[in-house]
Amino acid sequence: MQLDSILFYLFAVQILFSALMTITRRNVVHSAVWLIGALLGVAGIYLLQGAEFLAGVQVIVYIGGIMVLFLFVIMLVPISEESKQRRFASQKWVVLAVIVVLTGQLGYFFSKGSGEFRIADPTPPPEIGVVTTNTEQVAQVLFSEYLLPFELASILLLVAMIGAIVMAKVRPGAE
Amino acid sequence: MEEILNSPYVFPAIATALIIAVFPLVAGYIVLAERKVLADFQVRLGPMRVGPYGFLQPLADAVKLLLKEDIIPAAADTWIFWGAPVLSTFTALTAFAVMPFSDRFYVADVNIGILFILAMSSIGILGLILGGWSSNSKYSLLGALRSAAQMVSYEVPLGFAIVTALMVAQTLSMQGIVQAQYDKGIWIAFSNYGLMLIPTALFIIAGVAETNRAPFDLPEAESEIVAGFHTEYSGFRFALYFLAEYASIFVLCGVAVTVFFGGWLRPFANVGFLEVPLNVIFPILLFLLIGGGCGVGTMRVSQAYEKGIMAVLTLAMLLVAALFAIPAVNVLIIGFFWFLFKVLILIYMFIWFRGTFPRFRYDQLMQLGWRYLIPISMGGLVVNGVVLLLTS
Repeated sequence: MQLDSILFYLFAVQILFSALMTITRRNVVHSAVWLIGALLGVAGIYLLQGAEFLAGVQVIVYIGGIMVLFLFVIMLVPISEESKQRRFASQKWVVLAVIVVLTGQLGYFFSKGSGEFRIADPTPPPEIGVVTTNTEQVAQVLFSEYLLPFELASILLLVAMIGAIVMAKVRPGAE
Repeated sequence: MEEILNSPYVFPAIATALIIAVFPLVAGYIVLAERKVLADFQVRLGPMRVGPYGFLQPLADAVKLLLKEDIIPAAADTWIFWGAPVLSTFTALTAFAVMPFSDRFYVADVNIGILFILAMSSIGILGLILGGWSSNSKYSLLGALRSAAQMVSYEVPLGFAIVTALMVAQTLSMQGIVQAQYDKGIWIAFSNYGLMLIPTALFIIAGVAETNRAPFDLPEAESEIVAGFHTEYSGFRFALYFLAEYASIFVLCGVAVTVFFGGWLRPFANVGFLEVPLNVIFPILLFLLIGGGCGVGTMRVSQAYEKGIMAVLTLAMLLVAALFAIPAVNVLIIGFFWFLFKVLILIYMFIWFRGTFPRFRYDQLMQLGWRYLIPISMGGLVVNGVVLLLTS
């Protein structure tokens, strides 16, 4: 129990600090590196919750896939010009509104206590002798209870991919 | 003392320290083997100067790398330039944590073992990309861009090949995969009526690309971009990249052996009468042969210290052969022997590829990856899945 709490706070500090550095660095690549730190922290939290499969996928998809593509694109941008521009555009009122709403939500949550909210049913402990691994549990939930959202998400991704190809394709006779 | 020895953390800690201490030496000798084998392909002698037949060359190389000046380009991004090779080496060595060297010798057996290795190798890519970017050189940047594109492309068929094998094994744990092959009585590469040979071949091709080896070594193509992402690196930091490269080759071959070629199981693990010929006679003969070769070498070299080294090598090989003859010791080390034997055969194949195939052009690389390997790997997944469903 003790070790769990210590690790949780370590990861929490890592996530928050990295996230803060991500939005305050002037150099985009530095921001991306700090974002990797934040994503790794989230993987750590997943591990603490006993969701090993999610932790592995978090690292493979977000760090191995998305961050590599981010860096791929960022590296083509000349950093020297980019970092001179003003970082925070004038969106003060939008930001303030978001902060107020978020603080209100969090305050409501804390005043009620965790017992009032049911985010998800905790999985019942497996029967003795039956080995269920985290991977199987995720697959079972994903392909039975949440099949429709899962398929919708994949169709959405397919649409995005086709859209990107159509936009990037050179049309004959366009120029 | 008793209490400390029985703690569940002691053996993994010792194993970890051993791997980290021994692997740089192993990597050095893999490099020597590579130079010797390539030299043999090209009818040359290879390194011959340091020690008998160049046997001490890795030590000389290591000393040279450590003593060289550590140059950081003036316009480099210092922190990332420092961190990138460390990141590559760290992740490559961390992947050894779940490597099943034998039924007894492993650091940890976690239930997402293979995912852990994939995750570590995907973080390792960042070391290459960041190193190439932070050098602030066009060659490095081009190398980094190439490696990013190449690794993202070839991770897909690699992943599909592993998923196909996992369908057969029904587990993600590395020890579990080996156990599944023992229970089935057949290596996964040959199961499913030979259909699993498709993902096996794809895994090896994509694996060569994933470790940036020839013929897929575009990120460090000498003829075009000097040395690619590590052009600006020198001394110890360059050595770290080198170590990371060979560590990831070893890890990849280890995964291939574990997932497709039976891990630490001997060939025909379920055939009882082959127990003695394969587990006792074969290793003894092998090491006697190597020892004999070293013995002949002792006669041939001229200088006294070279004779001494060769004599020690001969004795060491004979000693190892003797170890396999003792039943109690044989049980302990035979799994380790078969695992290393198979991994080294695969590494030899990697060197063979390098000596045989010319480097791909960039568009050929992308075409091979996206037009052929990915569709074939998807098809392999579907076909194997259907066959598995029909036969189960």
